[in-house]
Amino acid sequence: MRDWPLWEVFVRSRRGLSHVHVGSLHAPDAEMALRNARDVYTRRQEGVSLWVVPAAEIVASDPGERDAFFDPADDKVYRHPTFYNVPEGVEHL
Amino acid sequence: MDFDDLLAGDGRVEPRDEMPDGYRRTLVRQIAQHAHSEIIGMQPEGNWISRAPSLRRKAILMAKVQDEAGHGLYLYAAAETLGVDREDLLDQLHTGRQKYSSIFNYPTLTWADVGAIGWLVDGAAIVNQVPLCRCSYGPYARAMVRVCKEESFHQRQGFEILHTLSHGTPAQRAMAQDAVDRYWWPSLMMFGPPDDDSPNSAQSMAWGIKRFSNDDLRQRFVDMTVPQAEALGLTLPDPEIRWNEERGHYDFGTVDFTELFEVIKGNGPCNQQRLAHRVGAHEDGAWVREAASAYAAKQAVREGAA
Ligand SMILES: [Fe+2]
Ligand SMILES: [Fe+2]
Repeated sequence: MRDWPLWEVFVRSRRGLSHVHVGSLHAPDAEMALRNARDVYTRRQEGVSLWVVPAAEIVASDPGERDAFFDPADDKVYRHPTFYNVPEGVEHL
Repeated sequence: MDFDDLLAGDGRVEPRDEMPDGYRRTLVRQIAQHAHSEIIGMQPEGNWISRAPSLRRKAILMAKVQDEAGHGLYLYAAAETLGVDREDLLDQLHTGRQKYSSIFNYPTLTWADVGAIGWLVDGAAIVNQVPLCRCSYGPYARAMVRVCKEESFHQRQGFEILHTLSHGTPAQRAMAQDAVDRYWWPSLMMFGPPDDDSPNSAQSMAWGIKRFSNDDLRQRFVDMTVPQAEALGLTLPDPEIRWNEERGHYDFGTVDFTELFEVIKGNGPCNQQRLAHRVGAHEDGAWVREAASAYAAKQAVREGAA
């Protein structure tokens, strides 16, 4: 078990919603990962679809560089509708 | 964001954030101990699956015991986000270097004990676990949300077992009362030592791992349980229980913590049996793990060749 890779598990709870990360597990291969994910994470009809992804394949942004990485969005308030003035009485805008 | 700022703003710490060593160590110890408790906790009830009094009770009990296995897995996965290995944690359990909840060192002598465990032990676990859904460490908090959702069925099925027995024949009623008599005090011990004798509590509170003190949680459990016992028509084995108008809480007797410390030391009725069974199950399952690994390796070679 020590050499079994870690898999991240994503569940789609109903049609129309996206898959959401629910946790992880160890399994020797993709098929076992899927079966174990079903038993561990969907015992109460929590899902209609499951993804398992080898954790080692996930590329993540660096929490230490979060500020620099996400900064560029900070000064672009005009991307939000609340930035704009709407004259009194104008509706559906 | 810096760790202290994060805690000050009641934010959540995530796996790759920087955190003090002590915080990490405390979490690993607590989450591992919690995970171990879930899987060792399968034993006392598992003991009754083959003897459940009806198919309905048997199906329910199997689902409950399977849930506890699931809780263990959620928690081992949460612990692993802190950089430890599940295999090592199991090693530490098997060699007695890490503990599990002492409540599981008591035997299940009768079917009513299954009811008492669901009602009292899962009930106490819920009181302990609900605040952990707001724990400062994200993966632990998220695992606890899943666990708590599943626990309420556990408590209700236990209550229902006792309710059926307490409204049954005199012998069934006596069996239910006996189970409650034996499980009441150990359930109160599940909240840990009293506040003035709980050296690590203050630090855990400061870190947002613990949200309420042991004594506060114990009181909450008593307040919740006394009216339920009345509804069952059973008595709790403590003559000092009475409503205290002034405090707005039930008063109750003094818990004998020397018993708790004895059980923690390994002198409970079932310590050896529980651990031996766990180690045996792990060793007996080795061939399954080996076969799965061998199959995966063979498939990988085939896919590589194709
Ligand atoms: Fe549980
Ligand atoms: Fe439970």
